[in-house]
Amino acid sequence: MEFLVMLMSSEGAVNIPKLINENGLRIDGRTTEQLRDIKIDVGVLKRATGSAYIEWGENKILAAVYGPREAKPRHIQNMYKAVIQCKYNMAPFSVDERKRPGIDRRSTEISKVIAEAIEGAVIVEQFPRASIDVYIEVLQANAGTRCAGLTAASVALADAGIPMKDLIAACAVGKIDGQIVLDLRKEEDNFGQADLPFAMVPKTEDIVLMQMDGHLNEDEFKKAIDLAKKGCKRVYELEVEALKEHYKADMDNTVTDKVINNGR
Amino acid sequence: MADEVVTTVIREKILKMIKNEKRLDNRNFNEYRNIEINPGIITSADGSAHVSIGNTSVIAGIKIETGEPFPDTPNAGVMTTNVELIPMASPVFESGPPSPEAVEIARVVDRGIRESKMINMEKLSIVKGEKVWIIYIDLHVIDYDGNLFDTCFIASVVALSTAKFPYKKFNLEESANPSVPVEHFPIESTYVKIGNSIMVDPSLEEETIADARLTIAIDENSDIRAMQKGFSGVFKEDEIYKIIANNREINRSIREIIKGKVEVFR
Repeated sequence: MEFLVMLMSSEGAVNIPKLINENGLRIDGRTTEQLRDIKIDVGVLKRATGSAYIEWGENKILAAVYGPREAKPRHIQNMYKAVIQCKYNMAPFSVDERKRPGIDRRSTEISKVIAEAIEGAVIVEQFPRASIDVYIEVLQANAGTRCAGLTAASVALADAGIPMKDLIAACAVGKIDGQIVLDLRKEEDNFGQADLPFAMVPKTEDIVLMQMDGHLNEDEFKKAIDLAKKGCKRVYELEVEALKEHYKADMDNTVTDKVINNGR
Repeated sequence: MADEVVTTVIREKILKMIKNEKRLDNRNFNEYRNIEINPGIITSADGSAHVSIGNTSVIAGIKIETGEPFPDTPNAGVMTTNVELIPMASPVFESGPPSPEAVEIARVVDRGIRESKMINMEKLSIVKGEKVWIIYIDLHVIDYDGNLFDTCFIASVVALSTAKFPYKKFNLEESANPSVPVEHFPIESTYVKIGNSIMVDPSLEEETIADARLTIAIDENSDIRAMQKGFSGVFKEDEIYKIIANNREINRSIREIIKGKVEVFR
């Protein structure tokens, strides 16, 4: 909002700001191939089967996993595999203009693509008739929330002990000032020429989520995917580090210790 | 919303311990769990706080907009409180329109803040009769382990106390003191009755097996500003008096904790 006002020139036309400076750096000082700072915490919620909190630049997102549990209503049950149900939701205070609480078309779509991405990695055949419920709450948003949310969800799934082919790593690529760059922030998303959210299972390199809006030619697209894969590999390292960090204490303890510590 | 389940073993244990004035987590009846307060964690909000009581965890976000006053109060601002019991917080919470439980919590929190005159609503007027500040208190419950009333209330109080008017966003002249005009410091406390025993800050298990619940909001003079009885059990008159008398001491220490956090942040 403020930003837009600032950009209105006296003639009333919107000036597109310079997003990459002469040194090749972006408005937050990143290079074109650099992710924002990412911090992942594992097991942050008590009631959930598994949970994770991610700070990705100025994005702050919680993910929780419940299940596998009985799928309800029963007509959604699948007798051969678990169904993945995902709810992506933005807190009213997560954005500049207060967002009306509740489900809208955008969150419905994002929930769907994230659920499908997760189904691509989880070994759903192990849990017929069950549901694995994934909740993603965006507490503070600054572009790239679906990728950050999916990353957090993947860590939460691991924390819940859900069997997966591998973790899912996600990040977006885009085009600003005519260049392909990794991980757009809000201003870059608003004034850039393309945005491509992307997620894959690093071990198999299966792409489980891909969306795009904007304008990319074939070369640019290939470059974008190449960069997205690099980004995902880095995200994957951070996911693994976070999980190891959280379970380090457990690994040091004996099984008996664990039983005692978990008992009430 | 489905019901929370407490196993018979735990239920029996709680009942047995209560006879010796003990609780499952070793607290005494007048003791809160650990309260953690983190103001200002959401920069996209005009005021915010993450508050935990034990494992119960709530994020409050304040958003402030301009708008028209209600016709019957042309010189006063508007405040609304909204609680979301999102399914992340408990296996029994479901998404969808607010449940009666969520509505009750929102209304009781709102009442405590409004009736204690915590915010001077007249000072929210921008152009008399035409334009006022509208304050939205959005409470996001992220982990539910008992006593949402108090967790939501403290989160609201802290978030409001640290909130600032977004003058720039609405092209209004900046003020030397952009803070929301907080004039009082109410505290809300919730008690449950199990059998004949009454205890403050119920855990999930205590809340689930409780017969009756009572929430009281008091101001800094220990005057009562709002109350809410819940569940199907009953209280006796002298039980209520006893709660009120006890409440004074308990709340004094909590007020200090909250005030300290808010002052440091401001």
